[in-house]
Amino acid sequence: MKFEELEAHIPRLRRYALALMRDRVEADDLVQDTLERALRKASLWRRDSDLRAWLFTIMHNVHVNRLRRELRNVTVPELDGEIENLSVDADQDAALEARDLTAALARLPVGLRSVVLLVGLEQLSYQEAASVLGVPVGTVMSRLSRGRERLRALMSGEPVPHLRRVK
Amino acid sequence: MSEGRRSLTVEEIHSYADGRLDAARRAEVEALLSEDPDAAARAEAYRRQNEALHAQFDGVLEEPVPAHFDPRLRSARRRTLVQRAAVLAWLVIGPAAGWLAHGLIDRSPAPEFALLPRAAAVAHAVYTPEVIHPVEVAAEQERHLVQWLSKRLDAPLRVPDLNAFAYALVGGRLLPADDGPAAQFMYQTAQGVRLTLYVRAREAGDGDTAFRYAREGGVSVLYWIDGRLGYALSGEVERTELLTMAEAVYRQLGLSG
Repeated sequence: MKFEELEAHIPRLRRYALALMRDRVEADDLVQDTLERALRKASLWRRDSDLRAWLFTIMHNVHVNRLRRELRNVTVPELDGEIENLSVDADQDAALEARDLTAALARLPVGLRSVVLLVGLEQLSYQEAASVLGVPVGTVMSRLSRGRERLRALMSGEPVPHLRRVK
Repeated sequence: MSEGRRSLTVEEIHSYADGRLDAARRAEVEALLSEDPDAAARAEAYRRQNEALHAQFDGVLEEPVPAHFDPRLRSARRRTLVQRAAVLAWLVIGPAAGWLAHGLIDRSPAPEFALLPRAAAVAHAVYTPEVIHPVEVAAEQERHLVQWLSKRLDAPLRVPDLNAFAYALVGGRLLPADDGPAAQFMYQTAQGVRLTLYVRAREAGDGDTAFRYAREGGVSVLYWIDGRLGYALSGEVERTELLTMAEAVYRQLGLSG
């Protein structure tokens, strides 16, 4: 596979990465690592399959690996979206600040955020999202519901009990 | 909900919001939604979320793909990484070692940039209180702004994105510096706190520097020289906060090169 074949997909990979990471530099770093990995693993890609979905899968894996490294001391279920982001600090300003979409997204656990973005922004089908994330389609549906409901609550400024810190 | 009608499944609500139903099923779901206000509100909220996501992030699709993504240019990337590592090292060591280390960084800017922090702070103080005309070209015309100022400074400029710090671009303007043009980009938070990035070019690019910190009046300035360009980030914020943002600016500008 040549770089030129991947090039057409880069804008959408960047869009997803930016929405996922928020920080442009980190997002582009993720894209870069994804492209490098895709070129290294090119032999694993089946010509008749969807290149875009394959690239999103690689990006997901690269991202998860990074998170694992960052969260070395945290158990793996964190990555499945069951536990909140460690960085989330639900203070009094949280509801106000979270009305902003970007801030609200950041408050979603990464497992929920990925699903909301793959479906809502990248317009992957539920089946495609399941395959990118390596989970059953039922899991995609339940994460989608939880993610969207939580975004809805955050953006309407309602208190989101899940985000409260355990004292 | 009337009797005999089945209730909507969660998947139907999502599929409807995502526009994934064919006409027949769409009509069926719409009929059910009309009798189920809760489900209808959910579907509408989800649809709006999708819209908001596109409004927020589709802009990146229009941007040219950065050349450094091409692994054939990897050597260039390594250089950037080394530069970044140097800055990061300073960021980590600098504050920790305190004033002593700060003094050691370097105190003699290239002569062309001796006035950089002062000029940046003055421009900051003059334009940030401006209510009606804070900038000449607003952020809505970002492409034009960049092209125009790049042309006037005769150097490829790029506007860093500080949204991650809740600073959105307001726009920019052209300014006279001591012996040529300078550019100022202005950012502000939702609360109206403003930050400016001042950029000057020089003839030849030699002698990059680490970050330097200066205080001019009540304005904190972090400035550095990268190739032909001198940058100064100014704001009425804490030094550490300014450092974090300057580092982000530096990384973004470095990656673009």
